Amino acid sequence: MTEIATPDNDVAAPAPREIVYRHRVVTRVTHWVNALCFTLLLMSGLQILNAHPALYWGQFGADNDTAFIEFFAARPDGRDGELKGFTRVGPVTFETTGLFGVSNDSDGDVRVIAMPGWATIPTNRDLATGRRWHFFFAWLFVINGAVAVGASVLNGHLRRDLLPEKRELRPRHILGDIWNHARLRLPKGDEAKRYNVLQKVSYLGVGLLLLMMIMTGLTMSPGINASAPWMLDLFGGRQSARTIHFLAASATVAFVVVHLAMVLLAGPINEIRSMITGRFVVPPENKS
Amino acid sequence: MTRKLLTRRSFLHVGTTAAIAGVGYAGYRAMSAPGFLGVLESAEYATLNAQRALLSGQPLAREFSPSDMSPVFKANGTTMPGGVVYQEFLANNFSSWRLRVDGLVANPMSLSMAELKRAPQRTQITRHDCVEGWSAIGKWTGVPLGHILEQAQLAPNARYVVFHCLDDVYEDSGRYYESVDLFDAFHPQTILAHSMNDQALPVAHGAPLRLRVERQLGYKHAKYLTRIEVVDSYKNVAQGNGGFWEDRGYEWYAGI
Repeated sequence: MTEIATPDNDVAAPAPREIVYRHRVVTRVTHWVNALCFTLLLMSGLQILNAHPALYWGQFGADNDTAFIEFFAARPDGRDGELKGFTRVGPVTFETTGLFGVSNDSDGDVRVIAMPGWATIPTNRDLATGRRWHFFFAWLFVINGAVAVGASVLNGHLRRDLLPEKRELRPRHILGDIWNHARLRLPKGDEAKRYNVLQKVSYLGVGLLLLMMIMTGLTMSPGINASAPWMLDLFGGRQSARTIHFLAASATVAFVVVHLAMVLLAGPINEIRSMITGRFVVPPENKS
Repeated sequence: MTRKLLTRRSFLHVGTTAAIAGVGYAGYRAMSAPGFLGVLESAEYATLNAQRALLSGQPLAREFSPSDMSPVFKANGTTMPGGVVYQEFLANNFSSWRLRVDGLVANPMSLSMAELKRAPQRTQITRHDCVEGWSAIGKWTGVPLGHILEQAQLAPNARYVVFHCLDDVYEDSGRYYESVDLFDAFHPQTILAHSMNDQALPVAHGAPLRLRVERQLGYKHAKYLTRIEVVDSYKNVAQGNGGFWEDRGYEWYAGI
């Protein structure tokens, strides 16, 4: 096998492939454990949300109190009209039939439920099992996160790779980076070996979102409330914490969408391989 | 040229992709297996042990002021128990109702409402958290459970307090029941409440007597109490998981 030419030799102008060791093993392992945990926490979390799909501000909140966000079903055209799903955020109501409020189950039957079955663990309505998944993977998520943060501080990943340098925080530099991203001009050559400032801010930001989710999750626990009542004051009450928990999860989903889009744009095989084996082929500088 | 179809590099790519798919599929199969739920359930013991360490000083749940109270306190679960026994109590305004205290105690008791109200009382405005996610704040008055247990004199092997209720949650479901361990049973805010928001406990909220165990979720707060049984283990009660919802998959420790 080794005698056979690699595909690179087929390329007309064979530039030397520069391969760098981009991610340490602790970064790679904690990245994938984190990805698994977040996916399962999100899906089991949506199962838990289905039990009471309304989010409030303050210390309390139930059926008779005004919700900030709610997912519901209604027949806007009267009793014999079609059943439709709606999402209300503050004063604005959207029709979300098929996704939130009303959706089809795997048999195609219309179902009145906040979150669709394909997005929840388990697929059917099952709060007890959803909670089992959520709290098991919450523990794994917290332990994995502690290892990732601890290692990043100790091995210099945080200081060297993640914290922006002073020159990177100049508005001119940030605007330039935004302009390059907007034109989908991704870094090449030496610039691709390190994170750009938007990457740094995004990775640190999602870290803060994940920390916020752990904290707001704990603030929903009546046991933790008794041992750390300051957390209730920090977030403005248990129901506020529950709402922030949902918003932080939503923001993390938005991060994941952009993150995956950037992986696709930057070359998915090279990027994904670098997070599995650690080896990253540096994209060559454009000759033009 | 044809030999180049399977170069070393593409072989590695195919191999890696296949390996990831294989691990993913094996993981999916393992997580779908019935034994996996048992693995997930182990998290409950981690949570119990962690919270018990944090709560070792027996801190109180937050108490609120009257202005913080919910305008409407949602009633959940049974709101009107069926059955002849409860309807008879309701007809005579619970004058024939009594609370039995038995099991692993030296001094079994049968207490009337008047006797419960003559015991030391505690009033607290606390937040009630349903496992579904909603919360309501209300005011509760009742007898600390610890006082009743001291009167009953626990046997040395007493470990849990089982609360037997008068309601079936649905037809043929069997009676509601719950249990707590002595750590929560002797907490100062764990009370047997006969009053809510300065009124006699409404039927929808568990008349004539319900449990308040403030550092746990709502399903632990058993309503329509009829008997308190002290045991060394709850394995022999109903389906053996320590409560009505516990028998249906929910955690026995509901501190989160």
